[in-house]
Amino acid sequence: MLAAQDEETAAHPARFSVVTDPSPSAPPSAAPGPTAAAGGKGRSAVGGGDGGDGPDRPSSPRRAGAWWRAERLMPRGLHAVAFVPLVALGLIVAVLAWKALPAIRYNGLGFFTHTRWSQGNLYAPLVTTHGVRHPPEASYGAVPLVVGTLVSSAIAVVLALPVAVGTALIVVEKLPPRLSAAVGFCMEVLAGVPSVIYGLWGFFTLGPFLSRLANAVWANHLPDVPVLRFFKGPTYGGQGLFTVGVVLAIMILPIIAATTRDLLRQVPRANVEGAVALGMTESEALGTVTLPWVRSGVIGATMLGLGRALGETIAVAMVSGSLVGAEPRSLYSSFGTIAATIVNQLDSALDDVSGLATATLAELALVLLVITLVANVGARLLVRQVATTVLPVGRGI
Amino acid sequence: MTMVSRVPVPPPGLVRRKTRNRLVWVGCGAALALVVVPVVSILVGVAGRALAHFHFSVLTTYPVGNAGGLLNSIEGTGVVVVGVMILSGAVGVAGGVYLAEYTRTGRGGFLRGASEVLSGVPSIVLGLVGYLALVIDLHWGYSVYAGIIVLAILVLPYVTKTTEVALRNVPTAYREGGEALGMRSGYALRKLVLRPALPGIATGLIIALAISVGETAPLLYTAGYSSRGPTFGLHDSPIGYLTYNVWTDYNQPSNLAHQRADAAALLLIALVLLLIVVARVVVMTTQRHSPDRPQRMGKRPT
Repeated sequence: MLAAQDEETAAHPARFSVVTDPSPSAPPSAAPGPTAAAGGKGRSAVGGGDGGDGPDRPSSPRRAGAWWRAERLMPRGLHAVAFVPLVALGLIVAVLAWKALPAIRYNGLGFFTHTRWSQGNLYAPLVTTHGVRHPPEASYGAVPLVVGTLVSSAIAVVLALPVAVGTALIVVEKLPPRLSAAVGFCMEVLAGVPSVIYGLWGFFTLGPFLSRLANAVWANHLPDVPVLRFFKGPTYGGQGLFTVGVVLAIMILPIIAATTRDLLRQVPRANVEGAVALGMTESEALGTVTLPWVRSGVIGATMLGLGRALGETIAVAMVSGSLVGAEPRSLYSSFGTIAATIVNQLDSALDDVSGLATATLAELALVLLVITLVANVGARLLVRQVATTVLPVGRGI
Repeated sequence: MTMVSRVPVPPPGLVRRKTRNRLVWVGCGAALALVVVPVVSILVGVAGRALAHFHFSVLTTYPVGNAGGLLNSIEGTGVVVVGVMILSGAVGVAGGVYLAEYTRTGRGGFLRGASEVLSGVPSIVLGLVGYLALVIDLHWGYSVYAGIIVLAILVLPYVTKTTEVALRNVPTAYREGGEALGMRSGYALRKLVLRPALPGIATGLIIALAISVGETAPLLYTAGYSSRGPTFGLHDSPIGYLTYNVWTDYNQPSNLAHQRADAAALLLIALVLLLIVVARVVVMTTQRHSPDRPQRMGKRPT
């Protein structure tokens, strides 16, 4: 479904501009008769072709009148409906900000500087600080969660980008059409598999496999020096940062690969052939002509994938080991991301009668929203010129 | 005189460059393998685990504790999906029609941007907002409608986007022809412009369908979970859905629960594969019946 959809989305600027101009200069002479008053006195319906509403209309007059009225109102109805996403977006931000207000006042800047995460003593009487009622010793520091979110997504992007670009290259340059279609099907499956199934697969299959692999190959044999120390350590049966990174990488693969593939197909053949005619090998032509041509689009798609990885919830919650209050010490340690923590803690947040725990989760959601929106808006600005369909990776298809 | 046979001497470095070229393609092949292997592993892994214990009774019985089947979740997923399709279909298609047919760049760009930004909002954020606003503040309790509304907002950008793209790919000549025949624009839109765009719109709705089948995070705290069949009251009408069974049962200390999680995962995978195939068929029929593929249209001198 993605393949053909992508191909059809090449931008067609101004192709329909003729029709889209709302024409205030619609011919007033051809008065549409008794039904004209129904549409009100506002802008005429779009298109300027309404003047042809003569008596020789095939349908019965009463019915035509009803339709006429409906059609005069239609653009306005559509206009109102088109604002729904904007309104929804505004409501989301407003609700989160409103709900997070007590937490923002109580947590202050410490939210971004310390690591302790505790609901406090829920059995003691509530106390009031900064005008916010809260259980004593409640303390929320989001540093580990922000770090976990960013690091796991960074791992995912680092792993996914070369694989996706390599796949797209071989699909476009080497594979026969039938095999390309098969690979396209694989990508659709990767894009379509629900995240809860990625979680299940990561928990039972991928995690144990990666744990054994890392144990056998490098985790026990690396020297204990500053950078490499991160890659060393017990692998805990595969629930941790490494597995999450790989799962997220697989989830964002199709978004990068499909966009890159579509971009590669737009690279002008003559430029590549010219490079080869000058004596370059294929790979040198790739490096000098093809890849620079698609670079900005690929970066945009990667940031789009990054946005998905940052916001991924269920799969991460199932394979991350769900730790709060400490940053990951090694590549294999348990950790938490913002999204996974929200979904894991919302239940227990209800135990906090002061509502501070829930408010803090709302604040976390606000932070996550800001992070993902930065990635997404950046991506849109870069991908705008290529205008491929957005692949909703990790959200079903 | 003897002919001197001249063996062409390769230019310096050619062997190294050719080796490098070969290595690049080997690397790309390895990348391809890294895409294909997880797909096979996921499909085989899920199907293998589920089919080992699969009974058809899972499709026809309600759960009793850790035992029993998935009927509640199958019904619930059906209800949620139908609700989301109605809501997001109506709003999304209308919004897409507006953006494609009635906007010039200014405000249209703004609304389009809002839609794109909305598509980047993480699903858990939507779920949390639905929980805070609908379940808590409006006192709905866990409710089918809360789940449907949140999911509909989640899929709305995709429906809008595919509708808009599908309409834009309809040649301008169709609209001009309608005008030339004296059709009112709304009539032309319904009868001429919308019809060739239908397969594209259908694809968008299929995407929405697949998303609402596969989502977990937005539903957990809005639709709740119920081990009985769906109820339709506004207040306190939690509902089951397949992803919940995977999310919860995989970790229960019970073999029966594990088997139920596996069966739910198998159903989800089967549904997704079915939807992918359906979408492919839809796209293929479009391409067969439209002589004016947009790409060729673009290159034709006008």
